[in-house]
Amino acid sequence: MHPAWSVIVFTTVAGAAQGLVVALALATLLGVPLAAGFVDAALLCALGMLVVGLASSLLHLGRPLRAWRAVAMWRTSWLSREVIVLPAFIGVVAAWWLALRVGVSAPWLPLLAIAVSALLWYCTAMVYVCIRFIQEWAHALTIVNYTLIGLASGGLLAAALAVLGGQPALARSLVPWALGLTLLAWATRTLALRRNAALKLKSSLQSATGIPAKKLVQKSMGMSAGSFNTREFFHGASAAAVRHVRLALHGLGFGVPVLLLLAVQLGAPLGWLVLALMVQGAGLLAERWLFFAQARHPQNLYYQTVS
Amino acid sequence: MSDTLAKQLALVIDLNVCVGCHACVTSCKQWNSSGAAGPLADLNAYDANPTGTFFNRVQTYEAGSFPETETVHFPKSCLHCEDPPCVPVCPTGASYKRKEDGIVLVDYDKCIGCKYCAWACPYGARELDEERQVMTKCTLCVDRIYDQALPPADRKPACVMACPTGARLFGDVKDPDSDVSKAIRERGGYALMPEWETQPANQYLPRKVTAALGE
Repeated sequence: MHPAWSVIVFTTVAGAAQGLVVALALATLLGVPLAAGFVDAALLCALGMLVVGLASSLLHLGRPLRAWRAVAMWRTSWLSREVIVLPAFIGVVAAWWLALRVGVSAPWLPLLAIAVSALLWYCTAMVYVCIRFIQEWAHALTIVNYTLIGLASGGLLAAALAVLGGQPALARSLVPWALGLTLLAWATRTLALRRNAALKLKSSLQSATGIPAKKLVQKSMGMSAGSFNTREFFHGASAAAVRHVRLALHGLGFGVPVLLLLAVQLGAPLGWLVLALMVQGAGLLAERWLFFAQARHPQNLYYQTVS
Repeated sequence: MSDTLAKQLALVIDLNVCVGCHACVTSCKQWNSSGAAGPLADLNAYDANPTGTFFNRVQTYEAGSFPETETVHFPKSCLHCEDPPCVPVCPTGASYKRKEDGIVLVDYDKCIGCKYCAWACPYGARELDEERQVMTKCTLCVDRIYDQALPPADRKPACVMACPTGARLFGDVKDPDSDVSKAIRERGGYALMPEWETQPANQYLPRKVTAALGE
């Protein structure tokens, strides 16, 4: 597939915002001492990121002004469900922020935020999982990775915000959370990469055309230049570029952040957490790019040869 | 979507006689550019990289090893699946399958151009129109086949009318006595990518020569 920046930014940024909210909610529920002003500011940050994600997802549409129509088919469409749950999550986070602001005690709000965040990860992942013939996506690992990567980046974001917000004790207590989740997400994402590398594709040129010849090649795709089919479903990057992106996924997305988190755990300056966040941000954009680029759509069988 | 419809209009493509002339492609483009929905976009039509929206393409394949080769011209358009994966994924309901005749259509006024239906079609049958920014696809010339102003013999999709070799049959595949049902039954009609269980309504009649080539 051709990775669309709108969707890459949306899923990465919203995922991290969800992870941030979950980290704050768990800290609140577990009774970790939190400065009220800090939670307030961190929730605002999450809200800002979610709005950026929502705006980015609108840019993906050919007709953004009609976006409101997308709530209609929630009975059958995971995309429709995602479109409903994202604003719902923004609403819950905004309500929590407001409750803190006006000083109303509502311990159920963080709990609700965790539940709706989990639901949003599930909906986002199911948008991809439910396309059964994109075999790279149609697997439970997609759900696991969307969730764990969001949790890991959100945990690191919470720790970095704690550093910037002058909450060193909170930052220290978040480091093991972010470290454990980053290691876990690295492991499950690596599993998905391995699975993709070993995948046997169910469709072939023979099944696509029904021509029963062992040797079968396309001589013409029926046009001399490109079409929607050649633009939307091919990433167009060289094998070397894809290798570099995979390196960025492992190194920037997980490896370097893990080392920096470990270093902070062992006594390095807390400022390194901010660096870890920036490195991981870049790496996770690469991760999401590869998620799309690695998906081999069966329609590509019909678009192999220009002549 | 799993309930079976009483009527399912479809095309049956005879690969024995398609000569790859692209008359179905151009007649489709002409008819569907002249209708109420407006033109199918053409970008850089006279430039280095022309691109445009088409509902129908004719592709060419080579089967076998030289000198035992066969050239197969292969027209490709929406297959109007009986279980169309593109329909349930549409978030707005713009993509739908008509109950009365099984044609899969897009309501251009409801489409938000999210392209999710195109992702969910294993055949690449849908194309986003770059000018209108809505998803488009073969309509089986729904604005033609029921037109009472046309003589009954002309109430067929433009591609079927244009084909000089009669490689395109059109009819109700649920009617056992229709030409298309007989052709499928008697000449080994088959569906594309049966592995995804989309139950395409359009079927293809295999080339007898290629089948004889075996390997």
